[in-house]
Amino acid sequence: MTTNIILAGVGGQGILSIANVIGIAALENNLHLKQAEVHGMSQRGGDVQSNLRISDSPIASDLIPYGCADIIISLEPMEALRYLFYLRKTGWVVTNINPFVNIPNYPEMKDVMQELEKMDNLIAFDMDKMAKDLGSPRSSNMVLLGASAPFLGLPLGLIENGISKFFELKGEKIVDLNLKCFTAGYEEARNFLNNRSRS
Amino acid sequence: MNNKIKRLLLGDEAFALGVINAGLSGAYAYPGTPSTEILEFIQADPVARERKIHCAWSTNEKTAMEEALGMSFCGKRATVSMKHVGLNVAADPFVNSAMTGANGGLLVIAADDPSMHSSQNEQDSRFYADFAMIPLLEPSNQQEAYDMAKYGFDLSEKEGIPVLIRFVTRLSHSRAVVEVDKEPQAGNSLHYPENKQQWVLMPASSRRRNKQLVKDFLEFQKISEKSPFNFKETGKNYSLGIVVSGIAYNYLKEAFNNNVPYPLVKVSQYPLPVELISELLEQCESILILEEGQPFIEKKVRGELDKHLKPIYGKLSGEVERTGELTPDLVKEAIVKIMGEDCGIEKPEIKDISSIVVNRPPALCQGCGHRDVFQALNEVLTEYESPKVFGDIGCYTLGYLSPFNAIDTVVDMGASITMAKGAADAGQHPSVAVIGDSTFTHSGMTGLLDAVNENSPVTVIITDNLTTGMTGGQESQGTGKLEAICLGIGVDPDHLKTITSHPTNLEAMKKLFKEEIDYKGLSVIISRRECIQTARRKAKGK
Repeated sequence: MTTNIILAGVGGQGILSIANVIGIAALENNLHLKQAEVHGMSQRGGDVQSNLRISDSPIASDLIPYGCADIIISLEPMEALRYLFYLRKTGWVVTNINPFVNIPNYPEMKDVMQELEKMDNLIAFDMDKMAKDLGSPRSSNMVLLGASAPFLGLPLGLIENGISKFFELKGEKIVDLNLKCFTAGYEEARNFLNNRSRS
Repeated sequence: MNNKIKRLLLGDEAFALGVINAGLSGAYAYPGTPSTEILEFIQADPVARERKIHCAWSTNEKTAMEEALGMSFCGKRATVSMKHVGLNVAADPFVNSAMTGANGGLLVIAADDPSMHSSQNEQDSRFYADFAMIPLLEPSNQQEAYDMAKYGFDLSEKEGIPVLIRFVTRLSHSRAVVEVDKEPQAGNSLHYPENKQQWVLMPASSRRRNKQLVKDFLEFQKISEKSPFNFKETGKNYSLGIVVSGIAYNYLKEAFNNNVPYPLVKVSQYPLPVELISELLEQCESILILEEGQPFIEKKVRGELDKHLKPIYGKLSGEVERTGELTPDLVKEAIVKIMGEDCGIEKPEIKDISSIVVNRPPALCQGCGHRDVFQALNEVLTEYESPKVFGDIGCYTLGYLSPFNAIDTVVDMGASITMAKGAADAGQHPSVAVIGDSTFTHSGMTGLLDAVNENSPVTVIITDNLTTGMTGGQESQGTGKLEAICLGIGVDPDHLKTITSHPTNLEAMKKLFKEEIDYKGLSVIISRRECIQTARRKAKGK
């Protein structure tokens, strides 16, 4: 089975850290992985995305074909919409809803939300706020990773292990904060899914 | 298998680890997307450090290439890595290194950037290998990138020739699990070339060498025919045969979920394996060429066409998109165009992008000193009728975009100073050059000498952020030396000025810019403040 993931955000927001954590987890789990990312000019505050593919069999292409992504993971609401042509009909969009406004013509937030809510499968909440409330404002990306975890086809423990490894040089405190953000994001998504299956 | 371990690596990193494990003694490079991570990986690697493998940045790609060639002359294994346009800068020593040949293994890495994610053109480095008569390896995945390091060094030493390695962005910057050796092999000891004349490229010895090189190139082709990286795969449908190179191979596999119905020849080593491809041409009714970059193979194969008189499809005939990088979808589209809708390619439903999504172009960081330079310059230049600002390559290229719209030209490394001089020669005033510190030492210094010698009425602003910023903050060769360099080149000390780029200093900057623009001779203004990205990183490290 292959899981195709589009990671989206604005240069400097931290989507590559998410990709790195998933990479470590996939490696530990003996899975195949391909992850194409963008370096250079666009990292200066432009839109950035990464194609991430995980599979139990060898993966041919580094790039995901259009209409074949299982999930779009985005740190920014408009950026989640930018890559919809990648998304499978039954795919999920998991996104932060706090906009990153560094352009003069950013659309009205209500329009962005309205577009997002057209998605059949959407998990969207203010991940910046959640990270801040947990005492680690720079860990929105780990909240996002947590909220995406139900769809990645990776055991939760392995992702947590990936987070520990990725942040280990920064010390135990940083590891714990990031793990806490991850768990909070995961629980938010689980609650959403549970409510949805009940209704 | 216990002598191998698995690691998660970018294509660039897989290759870098490959060369370290294959006995590398020296790595040379100038930073450039998407090649930068090769040298950065070597700089951070514990084995490289322990073995004191050379891994400092060079001033530009030409100096890097020549330094690597010097190491090869002494019998040791060396690499030189650069982005595709860097090979233009290094073209003189590169083409001539085919004439000297290699003694210690010499690998030249050019990382192409089709779709121009972070570049000014999409030139294809395979043409360089072809006309220099140098073998070329084009890895199609991260494992091949690792394996080709040792293979390339061995090939280079056995055949006595540098080998060009062609990367593309999607391999350089894509990560995968790679099986790597646990133990690095030992480096070469110092030993000199057997044929001494070959390294002195004076006409008489060059003529002799040229004849030999032409013969050797035929030998390189024979090696390509048997290369483990070039192979045939059979298929059941002979109405189409596919010649597919580098990472296009992956997209083809993706298009058919790994079961390609057509026979194919996969190419990752050049000169082209002509025999392998000829067999395919003979067996199939038509041919499709899939290659990342410009139609290099297609042009070669079309030369063969006269014998075969069969349809050849590719970028030149229009079935494959001519510009931009290949994607799985473009490969699918091409095959559907040729073979029809029922050729076995799945077409998933594709959602439209909402019209409310707007572009988000890159921008200079908030608080960046280049911003102050452009703001001051723009305000001063409103006083002149037709000012022209000649830009250069780096973060400050973004001064072209809104809100600054401050630059009239961007061409290649160093062209700001020389184009400003040419414009001044034509009667242009004000003629202002804006160039970064690293680009100045890369290719600006030589042009500055032209302007000094004629005291051209040009205002050069070196916007010095003490680093090579765009590629992520590598050390800049001129840091702490810029004033001395300018004085040494002969800039008039009365018109060599230094100022701090800062919002609180805007009035002083404007005053200085105006004074020097009004001076009808050459001025150099060094406007300086540390890059805020590197400054932040340093503050965090403390």
